[in-house]
Amino acid sequence: MVDYVTIWGISSRDISWVFAQLHLNLAAFVIAVPTFALIVEIIGFKTGDERYDNLAKDFARLITISLSLTSILGAIFLFVIIVLYPKFFSYFSQIFGGTMVFYAMLFFGEFIAAYLYYYGWDRLKNKKLLHIFIGFFLNSFGIAIMFVANAWVTFMMMPSGVKETGELYSLWEAINNPGWWPLNVHRLIANLAFGGAIVAAYAASNFLSAENEKEREYYDWMGYVGNFIAVSALIPLPFAGYWFGLEIYKYDQQMGITLMGGVLSWLWILQAIIIGVIFLGINYYLWIGMERIEGAERYRKYVPALLLVMTICFIIWFTPHSLVASLEEARKIGATLHPILSVLGIMTAKNTVVNIMILSTFLSFIIYRRSGKIPITSWARLGNFIFFSIIAVVAGYIIFLGIRGYFVETTVRINYSMYQVLAVLFVFIVCTPLDVAIYRKSNVIGSIKWGHMPPRSQYMLIVIAVSFTWLMGLMGFARSSSRLNWHVYKIMEDTSHSAFVPSLGYAAKIVSLITIIFFIMIGVIFFLTKMLEHRQEEKFKFIKE
Amino acid sequence: MEVKTGEKRTIRIFNPFFISGFLLVFIYLVLKFGIHPPIPSSLIAMYMGIIIFAIILYISSSESIFQEFLHPINLFLTLDRLKVPRTVIGIFIPLILGFWSYQMALPKYEPPAGLRTIHPAPPDEISVKDEKIVLSKANNPFRGDEVEKYKKEGWEIYFSRCMPCHGDNLNGNGHWAKRINPIPINFRDPGTIAMMPESFIFWRVAKGGMGLPDEGAPWDSAMPVWEHDLSAEEIWKVVLFIYEETGFQPKKWQ
Ligand code: HEC
Repeated sequence: MVDYVTIWGISSRDISWVFAQLHLNLAAFVIAVPTFALIVEIIGFKTGDERYDNLAKDFARLITISLSLTSILGAIFLFVIIVLYPKFFSYFSQIFGGTMVFYAMLFFGEFIAAYLYYYGWDRLKNKKLLHIFIGFFLNSFGIAIMFVANAWVTFMMMPSGVKETGELYSLWEAINNPGWWPLNVHRLIANLAFGGAIVAAYAASNFLSAENEKEREYYDWMGYVGNFIAVSALIPLPFAGYWFGLEIYKYDQQMGITLMGGVLSWLWILQAIIIGVIFLGINYYLWIGMERIEGAERYRKYVPALLLVMTICFIIWFTPHSLVASLEEARKIGATLHPILSVLGIMTAKNTVVNIMILSTFLSFIIYRRSGKIPITSWARLGNFIFFSIIAVVAGYIIFLGIRGYFVETTVRINYSMYQVLAVLFVFIVCTPLDVAIYRKSNVIGSIKWGHMPPRSQYMLIVIAVSFTWLMGLMGFARSSSRLNWHVYKIMEDTSHSAFVPSLGYAAKIVSLITIIFFIMIGVIFFLTKMLEHRQEEKFKFIKE
Repeated sequence: MEVKTGEKRTIRIFNPFFISGFLLVFIYLVLKFGIHPPIPSSLIAMYMGIIIFAIILYISSSESIFQEFLHPINLFLTLDRLKVPRTVIGIFIPLILGFWSYQMALPKYEPPAGLRTIHPAPPDEISVKDEKIVLSKANNPFRGDEVEKYKKEGWEIYFSRCMPCHGDNLNGNGHWAKRINPIPINFRDPGTIAMMPESFIFWRVAKGGMGLPDEGAPWDSAMPVWEHDLSAEEIWKVVLFIYEETGFQPKKWQ
């Protein structure tokens, strides 16, 4: 048996790369959407608000077609691996053969549950609990599928349960390798963020092509909900990523350095730029959204300040530690590291600004929420004072830790970044209920005029979705490349001619290609889904509220 | 102050269009000439990109500001009396773009701007003079009670071997440094040795530019390989010296 097969001289690695990532993107979407369909359905059930049920069903409508496409791509990917990497696959199936059968069975379950969930929607209208139960199953299958696949990829990075020669002695250890749980959690959250962004883009594209006011109202709202989900999931995401990184360091120092400080370090600058764009985009969407709420003018004056803070943070965030400089410039600087920029380029500065960015986004949400209301709670003044004092103190604390971070040991500094995160979480946990309490009794001076959004706000939703997709591709590249020239790290070497880590520029091209193909596919899904919509009228009932 | 135009349409001087233009020029000038030593143009380009993005977001986040911003552009494009300037600009923009493309296409005699990994991942284990050293476990044998004495010995090695490149002030400014690219490392920069464990530095000194792993490519580092001229002990001593002299604490492997 040959070790590697090449077809038409196309790099086998690139082929499997593209299919793996496309499959992964769709799979992420298809696992996330049932989750919010279910949550929104439960909200609708609890509150008895019809429009939530409609929205949930709208989400569910996206599931079946995407699921079929996901499995087709998965099958192609499998086929690609079997044909192009026969030796690797035979080793891999020796180890994970059993789980592969299990995986296939889960897929069956997922399919059945998906069809029951969507097509049973109207029939089970009066047996909502049963329907929610099916939704629960659908989610469990989806998540289980992902967990199995995660075990495979993390095993390739951090093989466990095998001897140095590669023989398996414990399947459970191979599955439960150090990277498994961090990746499970990381992907679960990332899926929600990604799925939310894609759903928002779906709503945006429907908004832009809407034919009447009612459709515009509905899709504006849907886009808002999708975006809200994306943001809520985006905020805890870095922490899960951090955990994953920490496990990598613990497992293999060299792999950790390769990923963070070595060949791939420039990739994090790119990542920072994209996340910065996403953050600014989200805030922008909220600010435009305030235009459609009467009374929001009162808060308009805070927008420039928020934007200024975010821009400064963004700039610090992506300032690289080492520079791309021409010879002449390097001469002028006189050292490999620019004195000012090398101060901004290190971790303590970045952790600080990212937390401040999250806080600013939180503030944008708060002013958005408050736009149309005036509180008449007796203690509103005091409440507000406490509210903003907490935020000011926490922001000060985060910056203080950031500056202290320059003067202490790494081990201490790592704790600082934990404190910073906890401080932000503290704000969420304390200030959100406080805000709700202050506005419990309030005069509504202007309601949200759904549908009155300029098109550019919708384009921003699409930009956000594209950025998410691109970012996912980039991070997939990072994770795979950390293995360097190994199929299974330090167990099975990649001896093909594409064993090297491609340059960042090349990777960016492939990731862009993947993103384009993915959006074409998503476009097809959206199109087919629209055709599935029979009863347009029903859906827009809620609008009369 | 307001400028009257022919059709009684007015533009405020503090129009967002002018303010943002002014802001961009101002920030650019500060970045370009206000910072010493100058930051590379690649970075200035990135900063300006973000700032333009932020300004566009701000202007378009409010319908009224957006309309006001568009106002001078609309006037410029429609007013009859502005026909001449309009034509001039219409000719100039393509010319400028053309000139710019020409400049980009011109062959350059300068090495391309490089993206180098300054601190590539070290191997797990190295051998120096047939002695195996596991980097993540190795500690400087001379860190003990007699640091001062060994620092002195390290000092001698430094000034006989390293100073021409890394400078008498340890800031990478030795008299040979001017002719070397990449430049010798500035040990006083908080981003160099201060960020690394001591055994990493040991490895870099012992194996030099030639010993850089694949990702350290292109291998144009002039840092000599010291393992042939210095013993492992001497290397540890000079490493001790550069840390003690700069006052940085080596990092621990985490
Ligand atoms: C011929 C000039 C030259 C001499 C002599 C020289 N170096 Fe270097 N050294 C360099 C250059 C150039 C670099 C930067 C190479 C790079 O960026 O890869 C460097 C890099 C280093 C680094 C890497 C620092 C880091 O952060 O990775 C260390 C440590 C170092 N030198 C120590 C020494 C010591 C100790 C001596 C004396 C024993 C010495 N050098 C002698 C030119 C020299």
